[in-house]
Amino acid sequence: MIPSRLVRPTATALLLLAWAFPLYWMVTASLTPESQLFETPHIVPRALVFNHYQALFAERRFWMPIRNSLVVAAATTTLAVLVGAPCAYAMARLHFRGKTWLLAAVLAVSMLPQISIVSPLFLVLRVVGLIDTYPGLVVPYVTFALPLVVWLMTGFFRGLPSEIEDAARIDGAGRVRAAIEITLPLAAPAVATTAILTFLYAWNEFLFALSFTVSPERQTVPVAIALFRGQYQIPWGEILAGAVVASVPVIVVVVALQRRIVSGLTSGAVKG
Amino acid sequence: MTSGSSTALERRETRLAWRLMVPALGLLALVAAAPLVATGWESLHRHDVRLPWLGRPFVGFANYRQAFHDDRFVTALEHTVVFTAVSVTLELSFGLAFALALDALARGRAVARVVLLLPWALPTVVAALVWRFLFEGQSGIVNATLVWSGLAPREWLAGSFSAWVPIVFGDVWKSTPFVALLLLAGLQGIDASLYEAARLDGAGSWLRFVEITLPLLRPALVVALAFRALDAFRVFDLVYVLTGGGPGAATEVVSLYAFTTLLQDLQFGYASALAMLVFLMSFMLALFCIPRLRVSVAPDR
Repeated sequence: MIPSRLVRPTATALLLLAWAFPLYWMVTASLTPESQLFETPHIVPRALVFNHYQALFAERRFWMPIRNSLVVAAATTTLAVLVGAPCAYAMARLHFRGKTWLLAAVLAVSMLPQISIVSPLFLVLRVVGLIDTYPGLVVPYVTFALPLVVWLMTGFFRGLPSEIEDAARIDGAGRVRAAIEITLPLAAPAVATTAILTFLYAWNEFLFALSFTVSPERQTVPVAIALFRGQYQIPWGEILAGAVVASVPVIVVVVALQRRIVSGLTSGAVKG
Repeated sequence: MTSGSSTALERRETRLAWRLMVPALGLLALVAAAPLVATGWESLHRHDVRLPWLGRPFVGFANYRQAFHDDRFVTALEHTVVFTAVSVTLELSFGLAFALALDALARGRAVARVVLLLPWALPTVVAALVWRFLFEGQSGIVNATLVWSGLAPREWLAGSFSAWVPIVFGDVWKSTPFVALLLLAGLQGIDASLYEAARLDGAGSWLRFVEITLPLLRPALVVALAFRALDAFRVFDLVYVLTGGGPGAATEVVSLYAFTTLLQDLQFGYASALAMLVFLMSFMLALFCIPRLRVSVAPDR
């Protein structure tokens, strides 16, 4: 019998282990020889090999989807932050009528089901020849990246003390100058967190990337690993190796920024 | 906005605000609002890209009438509603358990945070592939565990009911952390002296939970419920990658059916009507939720 004061820590540890297990299993399986993948599984692997990763880059040219994902996510993030941050500043700091409604409208866009705008976007992108191109993904990605930036940055700007900016304005600086010289440097960490979260959303996106790319040369990482096919059977080793590679940037960001992500996640939603 | 007459200063501030917002609002109008209107307009036409000689005649609400008599659509809708209800219920329950556990955690919070954030932050495609792999084949880890404990293995992805199990597990695994972290923030906002006072009054831990924790956690619970329900109703990636809607159409959800009708069958008119129905139902769900989200939308702190 476990002593009662240890019940809660033990239950917590078990829950966390259960949540971590699928990822452990993904990494382990990606390092297991194909022939042993569906034999009796061992929790501690017997042999570790890297040939799935080799096949991934040598035979499947996996650097292509990685490059595509990096370019599309970086361009989406840059565009969304440049356009979204000023908008968030206005919504957090300036007084004007209809602010609540505008913020709610932006939030509503982020709740829009992606599928409900796929058909016109597809038709328009086809007419202007942007199917299978980077801009053909970046433009649709704005629909979720921009609301995310506005939402997160509005929360951050509200959290900054307005007294500092007011002091600068009393000293004779204009509203815009005060914002650029005082508020912007203070908001730099928030801009960085927002940019990183936006990048991850774009890196992870699937439905638009699946709809608006045709050739394997233009696929992003999630589409590529979802559509891996083998000649005779599902190439699980390579699929899971691809899944691990797709996870690497996310894991790096989560480990490095865990506190900021949690506060960003909860400040937008709970405190406001 | 205390005075009725707007001063020059106020007008200037309003002008500046609009100047800062116009690029973002204009872009959103262009890439989100306009396409939505276009989908609505397209849904009133018969437009089959495979049969271009039929043209694109205006048919009014015929596509919508067709949808309501389309067994495949009605079934997909039922699937989506049940999936949403079941996953969100499980996510709120597990999320609350996690939040309570983490709140009491003295050490290892950083580790716990990483373990929770990872499933939530990873691409949904990765979650889908991992859960499919766990349930795959005769000797995947799930079946191996069943055999090891003396139970019969099964082809999970081949059964029209059992194929839902990895989907729900995958969604619960991925989304419970979001709920847990929201609720944890809510829990940490509760004044500890309330518990102390209740303890002095002789309230046991269950009573303290029911009388203090749950009522004060209500706003956070409602926010989590709203976000999760809206998200689960739009589910696409997870099902597309895990089962492709199969076996047959046993796990097909509305977003997936609309997608297939659009980009595989190329029936743009009918698919647009299906997509509009997904939008309208999400919209009604959002209208139901947003007044309860006022805490987060209201501008004043």
